[in-house]
Amino acid sequence: MSTPFDEMNGWPGGEPRPAYTQVKAWLEEAPAELLQTRRAQAELLFRRTGITFNVYGDPGGSERLIPFDIVPRVITAAEWARIERGLVQRVEALNALLADLYGPQEVLKAGVIPEELVHLNPQLQLAVMGHRPTKGVFVHVAGVDLVRTGPDDFYVLEDNVRTPSGVSYMLENREMMLRLFPDLVARANVAPVETYTDLLLETLRSVAPPGPEPEPTIVVLTPGPYNSAFYEHSFLADKMGVELVEGADLFVRDNLVYMRTTEGPKRVHVIYRRIDDAFIDPLFFRPDSQLGVPGLLSAYLAGNVALANAIGTGVADDKAMYSYMPEVIRFYTGQEPILGNVPTWRCREADHLAYVLDHLPELVVKEVDGSGGYGMLVGPHSTQAQIEAFAAKLRAAPEGFIAQPTLALSTCPTLHEGQLAPRHVDLRPFVLTGANGVKVTPGGLTRVALTPGSLVVNSSQGGGTKDTWVAEI
Amino acid sequence: MLSRTAANLFWTGRYTERADFLARLLDATARLSSLPSTYGGDPTAWSGALAAAGVDELFAEAHKEEEPTETTVVQFLTVSSENPSSIRSCVERARGNARAVRTGLTREAWEALNTAWHEVMRREGLSKSDVREFTEAVQRAVGAFDGAAQRTMLRDDAFWFLQLGAAVERADNTARLLDVKYHLLLPRDEPVGGSLDYFQWSTLLRTVSALTAYRWLYRDTVKPWLVADLLIFNDRMPRSLACCYDAIVELLDYLAAGSGRRGAAHRQASQTQLLLQEGDVKTVFASGLHEFIEQFLVDNNRLGLAIAEQFAF
Repeated sequence: MSTPFDEMNGWPGGEPRPAYTQVKAWLEEAPAELLQTRRAQAELLFRRTGITFNVYGDPGGSERLIPFDIVPRVITAAEWARIERGLVQRVEALNALLADLYGPQEVLKAGVIPEELVHLNPQLQLAVMGHRPTKGVFVHVAGVDLVRTGPDDFYVLEDNVRTPSGVSYMLENREMMLRLFPDLVARANVAPVETYTDLLLETLRSVAPPGPEPEPTIVVLTPGPYNSAFYEHSFLADKMGVELVEGADLFVRDNLVYMRTTEGPKRVHVIYRRIDDAFIDPLFFRPDSQLGVPGLLSAYLAGNVALANAIGTGVADDKAMYSYMPEVIRFYTGQEPILGNVPTWRCREADHLAYVLDHLPELVVKEVDGSGGYGMLVGPHSTQAQIEAFAAKLRAAPEGFIAQPTLALSTCPTLHEGQLAPRHVDLRPFVLTGANGVKVTPGGLTRVALTPGSLVVNSSQGGGTKDTWVAEI
Repeated sequence: MLSRTAANLFWTGRYTERADFLARLLDATARLSSLPSTYGGDPTAWSGALAAAGVDELFAEAHKEEEPTETTVVQFLTVSSENPSSIRSCVERARGNARAVRTGLTREAWEALNTAWHEVMRREGLSKSDVREFTEAVQRAVGAFDGAAQRTMLRDDAFWFLQLGAAVERADNTARLLDVKYHLLLPRDEPVGGSLDYFQWSTLLRTVSALTAYRWLYRDTVKPWLVADLLIFNDRMPRSLACCYDAIVELLDYLAAGSGRRGAAHRQASQTQLLLQEGDVKTVFASGLHEFIEQFLVDNNRLGLAIAEQFAF
């Protein structure tokens, strides 16, 4: 693979990029020990605060830190403006798509998406068919994954419209940079991100079901302290000043949702839930779920409680549906997509499958409903035996997979054993949609693959994070 | 406030308080056991510490027939994972409860507790020379947590439940200490000033950090009935039963102000408070110190259950 585009140094032999003028000068001035000291300090501070995640399948069950890299990832305000427009367009289309799929299904009648892709999709929740969530919003919080391959080439890699996580790292990483390098942040004209939690609260309030109460009661619903993203759940509840509840803290009576408090039951109007559809109500979905609230679905269908995100959004973000997003955007907005898709082969289609099987060593193959970087094949980094084993899986159930070219993801200088070295990065901006429209916080979470050459940025697979700056230059 | 949050904060308060008590108990016991026996040095001091911590039976189970020694008791009370009430277990549980309700604590209070947890978890075995440093670190950490809570938490349910747990635990700790040592406080015929029990009494006072307070309050040498008075009835001494119950009733008043309702826990706490306000050492010694303490422990335990019931934990 040729040398990829670097966020700071551009193409090999090219000019350093203007976005990095301040950061580059600082990196050149700063003694190597200082960087190391600051890195160690950051780790200590993260530990003290308990900003950790739990790894599934780790018998130690211990809490780990996501490695934080102190070299920021910088995007210019001009680059950001285009990304932002693209994100707003895309999330508007996703909301329109969901309203349509659970409503009149015009998009299927028009033949834009094959019917079986929707009707046979396990993420299509028949229980909410025909239900319009309050204010018509399905996706209140989206975490759209972007990758970059050149100066102007940003692509959407995944839409993430179920319960995307990572926003607490976006916020904590900035706090860390402000603490470690206040001068540099000030000099670089970085757009603040701290308004995110206020915007989230406003978004959740705006979709409260109509009622006599002047102030809706909002809660964050978590699966509990053993969930990998528990820190984030508590962080968001804390910043919004709302209760962090577990399933057992809620109950439903006469189709109204209440929480158990020391002063008796209290009505709940909006639930920012960080529990998957399958676990949210054992009466309708998985009966073995200990995490959900029996009767919640009925209360939701009666319009007495808003869920963010709405039930059933998963149908819009599986990787097979993803491949139709450019058509979906054209269909609902009448415009050309501002942010492109990564070219995608759907293995469900015979000619695509044949191509994929012929080119496995150069492709990335993913499960259509997978996440977290699990169960995927990165062709160029796999052995012949791994490729053959994967080919057998693929032939057995082709509809479960999509394939994409192995993208030359951009790299960003990253501190590695005291030296700066290029590492691949992606970007997850967070997009909020309420009754008053779509809002995007400038920046997002930059994830970085810390293993040299690796393209897998997921924290569960040894990825780290960086602060992301949208800078006026 | 969520009932679960209230329960978690209540137990955070209890476990941090217990960790602090265990650290003091270890310090005082080490001092007592280091004295030559002609000065009251007590070879059974370490088994006494197990009883005061309420884990003598657990220890016997874990150590089969072995007699408690300094090494095994210190290990058991500090970093043992076999002992659900060791300092390490207490800090782990306090932190686990707090982590489940991060929103109930301020960032400062949480960070203090999380730091304490890291501090405790990194110790495996403790050599004899490390013990003092360890117990001091624990006391400092609990103090930092308490201080952060006092300085930064809103005066509302979260704060009050945290304090309530600590007060109930504090009363329990002082009472258990008295329960183990009550025989030392009983009057008997001995020449004044020549008692070998002097060091036992002062150890008792040290365990609750009250030796200096004793001198300020009574301006007297250490007398057993005054020690009992200080630890049971003196409402100016923060670890006395009377002071704990003043705090408990006050906290329950604050909590009731929100809902306008007083529950069974409230009534029970007020009764005990009255008993401690009106009682005196003479009467208690006449009717039996041991029986009095036993009854108090039962009542205090019942109060914990009544609180859980009243606030739907």
